[in-house]
Amino acid sequence: MSQVEIWQDQYRVRAQGLPGATLPWLVTLRERAMERFVAMGWPTRRKEDWHHTSLAFLEGQTFKVPMRGAAPPEESLMGRLREGGAGHWLVFVNGWFNAALSQIGSLPEGATVDTMPQALIGHAERVEAHYGSAEDGGSPAALNAALATDGAYVHLARGVAVEAPIHLVFIATIAEGASHVRNLVIAEDGAEATLVEHYLGTSATATLTNAVTRIHAGADSRITHLKLQQEAEQALHLASIDTQQGRGSVFNSHSLSFGARLARNDITTRFAGEHCETLFNGMYHVDGKRHVDHHTVIDHALPHGVSREYYRGILDGSARGVFSGRIKVAPGAVKSDAMQRADSLLLSRQAEADARPELEIYAADVKCAHGATVGQIDDDSLFYLRARGMDEAHARNLLTYAFAAEALARIGVAPLRNRARAALLARLPGGHLLEELTS
Amino acid sequence: MLDINDLRVSVDGKPILNGLSLHVKAGEVHAIMGPNGSGKSTLAQVLAGRDSFQVDGGTVTYDGEDLLTQPAEVRARAGVFLAFQYPVEIPGVSNAYFLKAAVNAVRRHRGLQELDAMDFLKRVKSEMKAVGMKEEFLYRSVNEGFSGGEKKRNEVLQMTLLEPKLAVLDETDSGLDIDALKVVADGVNRLRAPDRALIVITHYQRLLDYIVPDYVHVLANGTIVRSGGPELAAELEERGYAWLAKAPEEQAKGVTT
Amino acid sequence: MNAATKNIDSFLDREYSAGFVTDLESDSLPKGLSEATVRAISAKKHEPAFMLEWRLEAYRHWLTMTPPHWAQVGFPAIDFQDIVYYAAPKQKKDGPRSLDEVDPELLRTYEKLGVPLHERARLAGVVAVDAVFDSVSVGTTFQKQLAEKGIIFCSFSEAVREHPDLVRQYLGSVVPPGDNFYAALNSAVFSDGSFVYIPKGVRCPMELSTYFRINAQDTGQFERTLIIADEGAHVSYLEGCTAPMRDENQLHAAVVELVALKDARIKYSTVQNWYPGDKDGKGGIYNFVTKRGDCRGDRSHISWTQVETGSAITWKYPSVVLRGDDSVGEFYSVALTNNRQQADTGSKMTHMGRNTRSTIISKGISAGHGSNTFRGLVKVTPKAENARNYTQCDSLLIGEQCAAHTFPTIEAGNPSARVEHEATTSRIGEDQLFYAMQRGLSAEDAVSMIVSGFCKEVFKELPMEFAVEAQNLLGVSLEGSIG
Repeated sequence: MSQVEIWQDQYRVRAQGLPGATLPWLVTLRERAMERFVAMGWPTRRKEDWHHTSLAFLEGQTFKVPMRGAAPPEESLMGRLREGGAGHWLVFVNGWFNAALSQIGSLPEGATVDTMPQALIGHAERVEAHYGSAEDGGSPAALNAALATDGAYVHLARGVAVEAPIHLVFIATIAEGASHVRNLVIAEDGAEATLVEHYLGTSATATLTNAVTRIHAGADSRITHLKLQQEAEQALHLASIDTQQGRGSVFNSHSLSFGARLARNDITTRFAGEHCETLFNGMYHVDGKRHVDHHTVIDHALPHGVSREYYRGILDGSARGVFSGRIKVAPGAVKSDAMQRADSLLLSRQAEADARPELEIYAADVKCAHGATVGQIDDDSLFYLRARGMDEAHARNLLTYAFAAEALARIGVAPLRNRARAALLARLPGGHLLEELTS
Repeated sequence: MLDINDLRVSVDGKPILNGLSLHVKAGEVHAIMGPNGSGKSTLAQVLAGRDSFQVDGGTVTYDGEDLLTQPAEVRARAGVFLAFQYPVEIPGVSNAYFLKAAVNAVRRHRGLQELDAMDFLKRVKSEMKAVGMKEEFLYRSVNEGFSGGEKKRNEVLQMTLLEPKLAVLDETDSGLDIDALKVVADGVNRLRAPDRALIVITHYQRLLDYIVPDYVHVLANGTIVRSGGPELAAELEERGYAWLAKAPEEQAKGVTT
Repeated sequence: MNAATKNIDSFLDREYSAGFVTDLESDSLPKGLSEATVRAISAKKHEPAFMLEWRLEAYRHWLTMTPPHWAQVGFPAIDFQDIVYYAAPKQKKDGPRSLDEVDPELLRTYEKLGVPLHERARLAGVVAVDAVFDSVSVGTTFQKQLAEKGIIFCSFSEAVREHPDLVRQYLGSVVPPGDNFYAALNSAVFSDGSFVYIPKGVRCPMELSTYFRINAQDTGQFERTLIIADEGAHVSYLEGCTAPMRDENQLHAAVVELVALKDARIKYSTVQNWYPGDKDGKGGIYNFVTKRGDCRGDRSHISWTQVETGSAITWKYPSVVLRGDDSVGEFYSVALTNNRQQADTGSKMTHMGRNTRSTIISKGISAGHGSNTFRGLVKVTPKAENARNYTQCDSLLIGEQCAAHTFPTIEAGNPSARVEHEATTSRIGEDQLFYAMQRGLSAEDAVSMIVSGFCKEVFKELPMEFAVEAQNLLGVSLEGSIG
């Protein structure tokens, strides 16, 4: 079976059992989205957006959407993850919500944290208004729109602030299992929240995660989003995060990627009001044959927007890191202020880094700059550390850590920063030796 | 020479100067002091012709002519000089070229013969010595990579070369060490003349130890709340601004001329 | 918009002084393109069989290709059957044997354009000129003096006849006929251009230059330039171009190939001033050019410098393939787009040898409704040890309706590579204007000064001869920029 046939088949079998299968708008949307995926298939390298990332290896690979409740992870996993940390935890296993592993703490009035199937029952109109369309994004997003089984629903009424982070944990445990999850975050004017999407995998064979998160940040709202991607070596991870920002809103996105055979992140924000601010902060460390690709778009559609983007990639082994960041300034979006940096560190002969920072500017009164570098560990620094008695491997690790630390420092929420830091140290050979140096 | 009457200025609809009046005669040195945000720099920029400010009312006459309708370069040629608080960098344009172009633009306007390269260099080099600038600064881009002190010296150098009739120094002392401060003050003092007026804007009394003003004005909330002689500066140094800001109406008296 | 910026647009509005038409009878092929057209061009030039075969192969390949689409460039589809592929000023005999026989009307045209077709030394130094008028070269100066050193500088047609072995060896070796749509088209129908060969160890004693002029209506110009610097040879080559003002768009699709062998140095400078169209974007040249240099030998050095002020649409990426160890590639560019002009330009540097270095400095100025796009690729192949690249790409925005885009790509496949890219986009600084005006400068002088400062890193790479022309075109003074 071809890839398209596999998914057509899955759609035929599963469509009836998807949440909201009685809602006409959703059924129509799914039909249309499936048609769109069938017409396009998986993206090929001929598409400019996918020039450096190939999905050709998918040919011959079968996936299926697992049943709810299949192959739960061991109970202790959540304990280890949570480490007693505060907050709200929604856990999804193979694309389905797992109530036993989840725990939602007390929320202020006006805050709703629930699953998408529940929201489709209780808040169908609001979901419909913000769900997105079959035409959004590329073909993976279309497939998600057709097949999404579950996901989180967060609604914050005007002025409501949720202090503790809302954690969404996605775990892939089944070989050849495909998780299509769709999360929706609606923050009304002045609302405030921090969201974490954490992707994990325990299966040693291929899994597919195809996630879509849509965020509506109302006027003057403040949303922080952190994505931690730590899946297994054979995992395929496709994810898009789409944000619409209202006037005066602040959206901070942090994306940390460590795993998967192939991880592709499409992160987009659009300034739908004036005076928006955004921070795109990213860091990835990959080795082996892993491949990490970030495609970001910051759309200064209206005046007085400020954006800052920093991506740092560390490539070891035969890994490949791709960064493509586009800053768009629409006609009339005066006083836009955009700054972007993308730096890559190559640690091995077989590793490759591709960077494509783009400025697309249609307004005159703007200030935009970008910079990109690719290099290796600085010899002088290495020598300096060795001259102080550090062995070379350790010195290299320290300098690698230092390269990434700048990205970690931008994560404002301390527990999240520490979590990210731990994830990084776990990846560095001899990382444990660095803990005392850096804590 | 300069008469400011009831000047009201705003930026993006936010009022900055609220009916400010000030009268400066030739030969006088006025100091304007005030807390941050009181409108000192706005006043300086409006006098020099910056058009990002909205003049909502009032008049400014300079040598009997309406100053506010004139573009910046016409004011400059007529002798209004602003020493910038933050001198601007112009990459790729040498200081020498910039200075020469400015000097000759002003000379043309005054009906003087333009300086040729030789005369100009002779003149500029001797002035640079006076303000303690190395000759290499002539061949570097305007203000690019200059330290704070070097930029301020460059401003004083320009002022000396352009021989203004009315010089406005906008916090020229900020960020300077004591040696640089002396150089700046020295440059200003050399410029004092019966046909020339100076407005010295500063946050600190320190500069006024070296440039002794004839009058001191205190600016708060966009208007002059108190005027006096040099002793007022000392009083401010001792008591700060708070006591003035509290009752601006009471304190505001007719401004001496 | 304040008073100062209002003056800026007028500052950039210069008359196009090269827009006149020379009244000459011309010998042209009818409009349209077919295998017969290709054969006719080859026959008119009395080409050897291998050349015709090469053209036909390119033509057949071209038929299989589709015109490229560029996201940031917009123009109506070109009707390739509505173009005249060959037009030459009518000649009495087989063509002029020497410059004395060239039609005086033609000589006057070049005189008017400021291009000397006589062999008197000019103030700025000696420059040898090959003058290409529509589809043919009408004369080449200083050939004799150059030949004494073994240097071949002639029209491409002459090279095909007189030096077929060199042409055969190098033609298409840098830009293969099937490289891209317009390169294939050019390979099929190119009519003339310049050919340069500098023998081993020879430093060319004068600047070589080609002046391209499109004159005839409805005519496309498809020229081919091939420069070979043999081991240790040095050459500096200049290229200029203008066209009359016409309401129709005209196509110019050139291919330039540079080959630098061991220790050779080629410096290639362009001042491109094709007719840009009028204020509303009517008329103007479509300038779709493939330029590539091959640093084939160790320690070879190729440098591109361009000042692009003309053309309705410019599409070109002068590139360097850094094959030899320790070879160096450079690209310096100023591109000004005003009114409705669109420029899509940049450079590709492909690092293959060890210790190769490349520099890209691009300055884009967008005014009016102009659109300026920088597209770059720096590729470090896995075997390219210690490759270094520095790219700097600045855009200056003038006026309210313009656009500036920057699309660089870095592909680094060797950990010893160090690749740096910096780009800025900013409006012409209001602070800078105010500062200069506060010192008494007029708005126009202030802008001129700031623009020349913005471009100085590129201007300093131009030979003196061209620097003067460039500053006239941009209306800026070089006096203030630091050299």
